[in-house]
Formats: sequence, structure tokens, C-alpha cells
Amino acid sequence: MKPRQTLNLAATLLLGSLLLVTALFLLLFLIRMFSLGGSVLSWEFLTTGPRNAMTQGGILPALVGTLLLTALAMLVALPLGVLTAVWLTNYGRPAWLVRLLRIAINTLAGTPSIIFGLFGMALFVNFLGWEVSLLSGGMTLAILALPVIVNNTEEAIRTVPPEFRDASLALGATTRQTITRVILPTALPNILTGAIISVGRVAGETAPIMFTATTFFAKGLPSGLRDDVMALPYHIYALMTEGTHPAAQVPIAYGTALVLLLMVLVISSVAIFVRYSIRRKRQW
Amino acid sequence: MKILKEKLFQVITYAAALFTIASLLGIIAGIFGRGLPFFGKVSLPEFLFTNSWYPTHAEQSFGAWALIAGSLAVTLGALAIAIPLGLGSAIFIAEIASSRLREIAKPVIELLAGIPSVVYGLFGMAFLAPLVRQWFDLDSGLNLFTASVILGVMIVPIVSSLSEDALSAVPHNIREASLALGATRAETIFKAVVPAAKSGIIGSVLLGFGRAIGETMVVLMVSGGAARIPGSIFDSVRPLTSTIAAEMGETVMCDLHFQSLFALAILLFAITFVTNLLSEAAFGKRRHG
Amino acid sequence: MVNPQIQAFGLNLWFGKNQVLNDIDLSVHTNKVTAMIGPSGCGKSTLLRCFNRMNDLIPETRITGKVTLGDRDIYAPGTDVTGIRSQVGMVFQKPNPFPKSIFNNVAYGLQVQDAVKNRSELADRVEASLQAAWLWDEVKNRLHSSAMSLSGGQQQRLCMARALATSPLVLLLDEPTSALDPQSTAKIEELCLELKNSVTILIVTHNVAQAGRISEYTAFMYLGELVEFGTTEKMFTVPADKRTEAYLTGVFG
Repeated sequence: MKPRQTLNLAATLLLGSLLLVTALFLLLFLIRMFSLGGSVLSWEFLTTGPRNAMTQGGILPALVGTLLLTALAMLVALPLGVLTAVWLTNYGRPAWLVRLLRIAINTLAGTPSIIFGLFGMALFVNFLGWEVSLLSGGMTLAILALPVIVNNTEEAIRTVPPEFRDASLALGATTRQTITRVILPTALPNILTGAIISVGRVAGETAPIMFTATTFFAKGLPSGLRDDVMALPYHIYALMTEGTHPAAQVPIAYGTALVLLLMVLVISSVAIFVRYSIRRKRQW
Repeated sequence: MKILKEKLFQVITYAAALFTIASLLGIIAGIFGRGLPFFGKVSLPEFLFTNSWYPTHAEQSFGAWALIAGSLAVTLGALAIAIPLGLGSAIFIAEIASSRLREIAKPVIELLAGIPSVVYGLFGMAFLAPLVRQWFDLDSGLNLFTASVILGVMIVPIVSSLSEDALSAVPHNIREASLALGATRAETIFKAVVPAAKSGIIGSVLLGFGRAIGETMVVLMVSGGAARIPGSIFDSVRPLTSTIAAEMGETVMCDLHFQSLFALAILLFAITFVTNLLSEAAFGKRRHG
Repeated sequence: MVNPQIQAFGLNLWFGKNQVLNDIDLSVHTNKVTAMIGPSGCGKSTLLRCFNRMNDLIPETRITGKVTLGDRDIYAPGTDVTGIRSQVGMVFQKPNPFPKSIFNNVAYGLQVQDAVKNRSELADRVEASLQAAWLWDEVKNRLHSSAMSLSGGQQQRLCMARALATSPLVLLLDEPTSALDPQSTAKIEELCLELKNSVTILIVTHNVAQAGRISEYTAFMYLGELVEFGTTEKMFTVPADKRTEAYLTGVFG
């Protein structure tokens, strides 16, 4: 074989092996999570609270806390994000404001999540006096999710062919009617799948909620927006760093991590699958 | 009535857009408002360039250099893992793999990007760290090396999916031209395709850098937490993010220590802001063309 | 000139610094078919879009002169643009039904304009429009299936039905058959001849023979100017302008 072809083969093998190493590492990671976490997982684990100084029992309060935090965040971020994207794609004037908004979205998207946590602590917990609560954490996560939802919605709206808008306007529809009756319904599947993917991200965040919403241990389920809550990601962290009985608590941490991981992966894979099949099916 | 509805709708979307801008301004105001007073008491050069972080000693000192060095060390370590793995995977997927593998790989990568960092942190702490300790015969496996590996694997999906986009966006005729001139596939990839996708690849690496330096949970759990400049890759480090997360609970509202953590946040914000601008500039021409 | 439905007086239009229409004067006769022909880029589609103010959507468009619909100046300040568009229907080059059901496509204009009182009136108007566009028999059993399931020619007739539903005075057709096969094209042309009894039709076409087949009046445009306007019969037999003659005989296309 000529040296050039040897080199070609070597390069191909190298690139393939880099992919293989990545895949193997991730496989190891997933196997580890599923085998250790799976051994703890049970119906009781999901439906009871922690007992005996967190060495026994389940994760129900953390599961409920994460669901509530995520729901609250999306309830706020989804309408705000969609409306922002509607303004950006359909009104978008004056130009300097569009530029400012784009800078804001890009900066928010790149800002470390711990800074959102500090901000939430400064504004919601202290300044507004909401204290460490479901409400403070939910709002903090909402702002974290906002840029992702705006970007995703904008992309979804931009895939709607301009011909639809033209047809609607030519029929005497107003801009608002065109947006609410043609553009948003057409973009809706993509907007929703994007939103679902961001649900997965929001559910797994720890840093933004550790000063704004979470507590190491809550006796029962939260009874209102002003209660502090347990949450799955924080529960994992707390068990690993503040726990006093590692032998009993590390397995619980693995179980919690598996629940969180499954939640995020199932939610995202449904959304990703739906999105890919929408793309394949699209008729326009 | 119709016109009123029309205006109202426009105003609502406008208000949402303003709210989005306001949240950024709010974050800036919140962080700077609490962090800037710190610089009235400790000078910026002392903060940035001296190396003694003793916020809780009787004789307080706030030299953050070791924390900055910790952040940079972990982030560069992560990139040292993520660039070869992420870029190599991206090139393989975009240029060599069958379209079947590509169709599976793309959504899988997207899925992996969503794994919560605290789960990686757990994996690093409970699985990798003990192994590292054993293999290298160390006192603790919670160190720069372990944190870099975990963080690196965590940002592989970012680097690889964006690089893959950049590579796929290279026009097909560039490959054909190179192959028609008698170049091998590897030569075509490294001499024609990768250079053409250069700015997108650089952008993806910068984005990975920004994500890694801003990541909290992995470093908080895995990096060991000693506030000193690492002398070896097996030393314990304490990056900016984990300092903020670990010490916030110990502070008293608005004391100097509290303010110093917000000062660290300003620093962190500035670093990620600049990184963002650079990656925007790298992607810029291609994305908003 | 009897009873002009649309008139343009000294109409100029710029996209940015680029002048696209140059001092156009034109009278479009009520309930006739008027064809606008000319080489691509001559401004015929742009002129068409002046009549329902669709050019408003293109940023940096500037217009001087006057356009009237009946006796209304449609560029007068404070004009309700959506009101104009509900009286001037438009069908585009590429069939563009909404990704909704056949029924909802036709109902769309009526719904956004609040033009019907109840469900049964809506159904009647939708049926009438589909009848008028010769589509009713083909779709009456699947009104609620997606418009995207129709063939290209059917989709274009659905767009005609959609535009007709609000009983417009004028129908603007922007090269409506250029994306269609010959059979579907013939059907649309026949339809135009039928529809002109109730609506003024203005059709842009790059197909000179089509203009000859269906129009009573023809406007020839070249480089943003209206070179010649008159009855189709006269223009096709004794064109007054050298450029018209050259275009009609295929010297440039």
C-alpha cells in the first residue's frame, strides 16, 4: 500500500476510534446508572418520603417538587417566550430593539446557571421577599428557560412558508389573525417539541434552585407556592455531599439519579422522535 | 374594535419582548448591584491577581487568582478531552459514517446533551473518583483530572453537534473537487472540508468553553475544592462556580464575604459574555446570513 | 372606457433605491379579463400587488401616485388595508392552501372578516365558493380532509374558491397556472371565462397564448413601464409599439 493510503486508513481508524471511545464512555455511564439505580428503584421508592435521616425510604417529595418547579417554570416561560418570538418574527421594529433583544437572548442563553441562582436569590428570595420557595425557584427556572424557548419558537415560526402569511393577508386577515390562525397553528408541533426538550433541561437543573427553592429535607409535600421544596437534582447533590451515612445514601442517590435521568431522557426522546417524524412528514 | 384588538395583541407581544430584555438587565443589575460594593473594599488587582482566598478567617483576604486558575485549569482540561472526542466524532459522523448511522447519531447526541449535570457529578464522585484514586495511587480521586474528564464528556455533545452542523453545511462540490484532484478521503477531510468549516468548529469549541467554565455541579462535586493553584493534574482545585455554590450558604446577607461571591459572579458573567460574543462572531456570518 | 373598476394614476414604485414601476396609468374594466404580459422582471407582478397593497409587506417600498378601487383611493392615509384586501382577492403563482381542511381553507376569509352569522350560512357560502371554482363535486365528500391531499390543479382551484368566498369585486391572478400541468391550466382558463360575469379579473401571465385565449384587454409592460394597453384583439393583430410587436412575435422573452 502506498503511504498516502496508509495514512488515509490510519486517519479513518483514528476518527472512528474517537467516536467509539465517546460511545463506550457514555455506555458505561448509562449501564452504571441503570444497574445501580435500578436496584433501588421500586414502587415504594417513588411513592414514599425519606425515612431514618435519609437512609431509607423513597423520594416522593423530591419527585413532586421537581414536577411542580418545572411546571411552574414552563407555565411562565412558554407564553412569554412564544410571544417574544412572535414579536421578533412579525413586528420586530425598531431595528435597534431587535438587536438589543437578540443580544439579551444570546447572553441569557450563555449565562451560567449558577448566576441565575444568584439572581433569583437576590430578586425573588430577598428583594421581593418570597423566601426560599417553590415560587422563587419556579420563576428563576422560568428565566433560565426563556431564551431557549424564544430561540426554538423563532426557528419554528421561520419554517412556516411565507406563502401562508401572504395568502392569509391577501384574504383580508389582519396581522394578529394571520399569526393566531395560520402561523402559530402551523408552527405549533415544532414549538411544542422544543418546549418539551427544554422541560427536560429545566427539570435537571440544580444550581439555580439550590439557593432559591430547595431544602435538604421536607417532611411532607409542599402545600403552597411559598413552601420550600425538595427536588430530585438537589436531592442527589445533598445525599452525596451532606449525607452522613454514605453506605446507605449513595444507593439512594443512584436511584434518584436514575429517576431524574429517565424522566429527562423519556421526555426528550419523545419530543425528538416527534420532531424528526414531523420533518419527514411535512407536506409543504 | 378590530383595530383595538390588533393593537392590544401587538402591545402584548411587545411587552413580552421587553420582559425578556428586562430579565437580562435584571440579572446584570442584581449581580453588579451586590458585587460592585465589594470593589470599594478590595481593589480589583488584589482580587484578580493575589492568591489567598480566606473569606472566613479573622484576617479576611479575597485573592481570587487560585479560583480563576482552578476554573481555567478544569475548563482547559475538559476541552482537552472534549475537542478530540467531539470533533473526531463529528468528522466521523459527517464525513465517513453511513447515512443510517448519522440518522441514529444525531438524535442520540441531542439526547445526551440533556443529561443533567448533577447526574454526571454523581457518576464522577461515586464511580470515577475511586477508580482514579486506585489507578494513580492518590489520597483522593476528587481532583482536577477527574473533574476534567467528567466535564469533558459532558460537553462532547455540544462540541460534536455544532461541529457536525458546520461540517454538513460545507457545500458538496468542495469534496468532489478535492477527490477529483486525486486526494484521498482523509486528505479531503483535513485539507478541504475542515478548513471550510473552520469558523463553525471554532464557534462550537468556544461554546463548549463557555459551558464548561460556567458549569457548577460537576466541579462542585468532583474537583476536590481546595482553593490553591494546582501544581499537578491530580491536585484538588476550587473553580469560581463551585466557590460561589459552596460558600453562599456560609455567608451572612450583604457582608463582605457575600459581596465577594457576587464579585466572583461578575467575573464569571464577564468571561462567559466575552466567550459568547466570540462564538457569535464565529458562527455569525453563517447563521444570520 | 366604461366603468373602470381599478385605476392607477401616475403610479411609481421603488424597492429601496431601485425604481420598479415608472409612471403607470391604467384602467381596468369591470367584469372583464385583463391580462398583463411582459418579460420577467418587467414589474407586472409588482403592479398587480399594488392593487391589494401586498407590496406593503416588502420593507423599504415607496409608492407615489394614486390607485383607486371604484371611487376609493386605496393608498389614502388611514385606509383599512384589510378591508381593501377583502374586496380584492388574490391567487398566487404556487398553490398555497393552508395546512388545514378543505372546508377551513375556504371558510378562512369569511371567518377572519366576521362575514357570516352562523355555522349554516358559513357552510352555504363555502359550498357556493367551491361550486364557483368547479371543485365542489370533487371534494364534497371529503371537506374535512387536509387541503394538502389535493392535486396541484385542485389546490389552485381551492385557492380560487378561497379567494372567491368573500365575494370580492376583483380577483388578482399572479401567474396562476405556471406551476400546473396543461389539463389543470385549461380548466383554470375556462373557469376565468366563466367567473368574469361576476368579478373583474386581472391576470399576470408569462404565456402570451394564454393572454390571447382568455383576456379581453391586455397590458404589455417592459422595464417598469406600461408600454401599451388596449383590447387583446387589437394588440395581438396590430400592436402600436415596436416593443410589443417584438415581444409578441417572440424576439425577446
